[in-house]
Amino acid sequence: MTALAAPPKSPPPKLAGRESAEANRRRVTRVAYALLAPTIIVMLIIVAYPIVQSVIQSFNSDASGIDPKTGLFRAGGFVGLQNYTNWLFQQCQIGGVTQACPPGSPQAGFYNSVFVTFFFAIVTVALETVFGIWMAFIMNRNFRGRGILRAAVLVPWAIPTAVTAKLWYFIFDPSGVLNTVLNINVLWLSDLWASRFAIIIADTWKTTPFMALLILAGLQLIPEETYEAARMDGSSAVQTFFRITLPLLKPALVVAILFRTLDALRMYDLPAILTGGGGGGGQGTQTLSILVVKQIQQSNDSASALSTITFLLIFAVAFLFIRLLGANLTGNERKARRVAKEA
Amino acid sequence: MKKALRVAAVGATLALSGLSLVACSSGSGGGNPAAQSGNDTGPITYVQGKDTSGNIPKLAAMWNADHPKEKVTVKQQSDNADQQLQDLTQHLQQKLSDYDVMSTDVVWTAQLAAKGWLQPLTGNYKLDLSGYLPSVVKSGQYVGTQYAAPSVTDSQLLYYRKDLLGSNPVPTTFAEMMKLCPIAKKAGIDCYAGQFAKYEGLTVNFNEVVTSNGGTVVDDKGKPTLDTPQAEAGLQELVDAFKDGNIPKAAVSYQEQQGLNSFEQGKLMFLNNWPYMVADIANSAQAKDIRSKYGIAGYPGKSAVGGHNLAINAYSKHKKTALDFIKFMESADVQKNRVEKESVAPTLSSLYSDTSFTDQYPYLVPLKKSLDSAVARPITPYYNGVTQAIQNNIFQALQTASTGGSVDVKSVLSATSKAIEAASSGS
Amino acid sequence: MTTVAGPAVETAERPVTNEYSIGRARARRRKQGAAALRTGIQAAIIVVWCLLPFYWMVVIGFRDSSYTFDPNPLPIHLTFANYISAFDTANGNYLGLALLNSFGICTVVTIVALVVGISASYCLARLNFPGKGLIMGFILGASMFPGVALLTPLFAMFSQLGWSGQYQVLIIPYIAGALPLTVYTLNSFFREMPWDLEEAARIDGCTPAQAFRIVILPLAAPAVFTTAILAFIASWNEYLLVSVLGNTQIQTVTYAIAQFTGSIPHVQPYTTIMAAGTIVTIPLIILVLVFQRRIVAGLTAGGVKG
Repeated sequence: MTALAAPPKSPPPKLAGRESAEANRRRVTRVAYALLAPTIIVMLIIVAYPIVQSVIQSFNSDASGIDPKTGLFRAGGFVGLQNYTNWLFQQCQIGGVTQACPPGSPQAGFYNSVFVTFFFAIVTVALETVFGIWMAFIMNRNFRGRGILRAAVLVPWAIPTAVTAKLWYFIFDPSGVLNTVLNINVLWLSDLWASRFAIIIADTWKTTPFMALLILAGLQLIPEETYEAARMDGSSAVQTFFRITLPLLKPALVVAILFRTLDALRMYDLPAILTGGGGGGGQGTQTLSILVVKQIQQSNDSASALSTITFLLIFAVAFLFIRLLGANLTGNERKARRVAKEA
Repeated sequence: MKKALRVAAVGATLALSGLSLVACSSGSGGGNPAAQSGNDTGPITYVQGKDTSGNIPKLAAMWNADHPKEKVTVKQQSDNADQQLQDLTQHLQQKLSDYDVMSTDVVWTAQLAAKGWLQPLTGNYKLDLSGYLPSVVKSGQYVGTQYAAPSVTDSQLLYYRKDLLGSNPVPTTFAEMMKLCPIAKKAGIDCYAGQFAKYEGLTVNFNEVVTSNGGTVVDDKGKPTLDTPQAEAGLQELVDAFKDGNIPKAAVSYQEQQGLNSFEQGKLMFLNNWPYMVADIANSAQAKDIRSKYGIAGYPGKSAVGGHNLAINAYSKHKKTALDFIKFMESADVQKNRVEKESVAPTLSSLYSDTSFTDQYPYLVPLKKSLDSAVARPITPYYNGVTQAIQNNIFQALQTASTGGSVDVKSVLSATSKAIEAASSGS
Repeated sequence: MTTVAGPAVETAERPVTNEYSIGRARARRRKQGAAALRTGIQAAIIVVWCLLPFYWMVVIGFRDSSYTFDPNPLPIHLTFANYISAFDTANGNYLGLALLNSFGICTVVTIVALVVGISASYCLARLNFPGKGLIMGFILGASMFPGVALLTPLFAMFSQLGWSGQYQVLIIPYIAGALPLTVYTLNSFFREMPWDLEEAARIDGCTPAQAFRIVILPLAAPAVFTTAILAFIASWNEYLLVSVLGNTQIQTVTYAIAQFTGSIPHVQPYTTIMAAGTIVTIPLIILVLVFQRRIVAGLTAGGVKG
């Protein structure tokens, strides 16, 4: 701590010559990798290894039919891309012949699940962003009771998702409090749009607060003078918001939205506990993750292919985000600084 | 700060080294599992779904008192059937020997046996099953071999409102029951409900209407047999009932609990449900108004068989003990004890004809009636896929019917057949 | 900025300020009063929206189970029975054990993830070396893989190690789950910290390690603290992994809640589940309320500075 008192006087000592710079660079690299080693090892074991296993599995078949005499499964083997094409082109092997999957088979539900997954992601993230900005604005104001507000907002975020799901399951019960109080008779957990809406409500309730906090963090970086200047210039509140606040908020917002989107695309707990993926004709809330879990119970190989497809979809979304919206994740802060300075 | 960091580092190191210390036990099995002689004794583990009665540990203690060298440890899984199967599958896939005796749902026998994970109950492992209910014994068989032994069974019952039924006889077919629905309508309540949400209960209820009309869902080889007039008649009954409102619209979201709530709150005249509900009506506060007004009868038609069998892990290291433990669990004493403590349905036929016993547990009489005609759900190693195929197609049809849409029963069943075929091709 | 307001607006404003300054001050005060009221109303809506479902959980947790579906919002038919039966092990629920497990597991996970994550994020933020972008990409990319797909391979791996059913099968994946979050949050914090301080320490004769310990770490304390809370809450709330890799002995609170049963099959004891839900939520709520300022401040300090 005492070192803090020492004022920085001279620039860092210059290194002598190219050779020592090279040696220094190598030393830094060594130190860096030593420091990173534990993280990399844990991630390799717990994430990379299973992913590789899962990808290998996806090119193989669990079993190739049944021995009619013993009734035992025959060992499967390499099947190339078949598990992938089955999903993407909704094909099934019936009696050894590849043909279009009949309705009700898992592959036939693939594009429905893709739609449901992206629908939930887009709607929940949009709602959470709008409400999050609103909440953040209120939290950023100075008023008595701001502490209570900030504390209250943290409550839904702190409740475990498993508990949240049980709580909303209870609220959405056909004879539950929501129907009774509103004096309606909506089947929240089985009607197509009601069940989708139920999941969106529960997810928005649970996750908006965190979004709001991230946005609040961004808001607090905007200096008060900026607003003063805008007020002096006579711009209206709406103008100020769209021309000043939002551009300044963008770096924080983009990162928050990206993380939430990636999370939402993997949504599992809430629909699994609330509807089991049902709703409407029976697959109204079946996200890709739920389809993966259902498929694991039938055959691991095509479930692995499906989870790889899901991963690639999520990865593509992340890539697009970073390219199009310029989400700044990896430490390149020059751009962010520039935005801040221009403002 | 220095100190804090050091403390943290020491704590982390300790935690990590603690982890590696406990990392040694339960090796993986292997070799040729079925070749073992049947003389291996030693401590075993019995695994089953969550025991909400607290009785299983007591039974284990009884066994342990007599078998100090072959003690059994009880492992309880989740209360969710899918998660139980997932747990078994993962352990067996790894050829782990840590589960010796497993409680297996009747519909799992084929898929576990086809993987070679269950010890066939033949040769040294043969059990005398002559005294047990035939439909249950059959549920433990796959391709002519006995893989699992009867433990507890289950079959659905018809819960009805005596007060509303009046002098009318208790219906014995679905059609008779529908004829009584105007009574419910007059009383301003719903007429009939079963389990029609999209989950295993729907497969059970679908199986029941098809077999009650003399049809079958699949044949012995697992091929779908739904293109018959009998199957069509069965599905038509459900579709019509939903259309007429004889089954309430809300019933597409009913699992056991929602139907039970509706019946206990006096909002339902007939309910198809398992025997456990007898105990719930006796205790639940919401049931106080109907407690004295309800009756139970056999399912109006052919119920599906539920319940669990006991099987031995093919990789078990102490199969002789495992077999002895199964014999213990099947004994008349234990079965009686479980009826008493857990309100389960026993599998030993003689208990149902013992009037001194059935007098104490009157629900056993209608239950026996249901069980006598009960039919198993499809026996196929692709059961998960098959039941999904059924649920996806039938649920959609019922959902359409419940909202007043038109349903072509024939094309629904043909789609279901195709989906079953696709599932049975392993994709 | 300057483009927002044109000169025409300025000229229109000016005379007003001079002539009616007193009236304007009064108007402003009235306007401020109205604004405060609007803020207050909006804040109240947010507070109610956030707390109402939680309030309902607490109320039902204290309600006699015979009145489970009674919509009366007030705490009536009060009983403590649900809390007693939540801890009762007769029906195969082990909430007490689960609480202990969760505390133990999450504490270990948080400490390890911090120690490992601080060193990783510091060198990602401060050192230049080949492969840096790749590693950051790997850590973030790995967290995008759908968790459901990891379950089967992880189970296979742990049972080959003979670990199934032991605490480390939860602790190690939880650390892996907390690391991307830890590394990301701390990385952006370290990146924003002024270089001068560290350089000053170096000039004063500190080694890089000393400079880190004496200068950087104390400054980073609020961010580290926030990250610790985030990691703890993330592990406390994890459900997917424990639902497959867990068992009765090593169960955590989310597992216990999801498996909660009464004495009768197919019947969910809502009131007891709500009581249990309240119990497992209370530690987090306390944590969050006590450290509320820290969490908000920590997020502001480092969390999302693009």
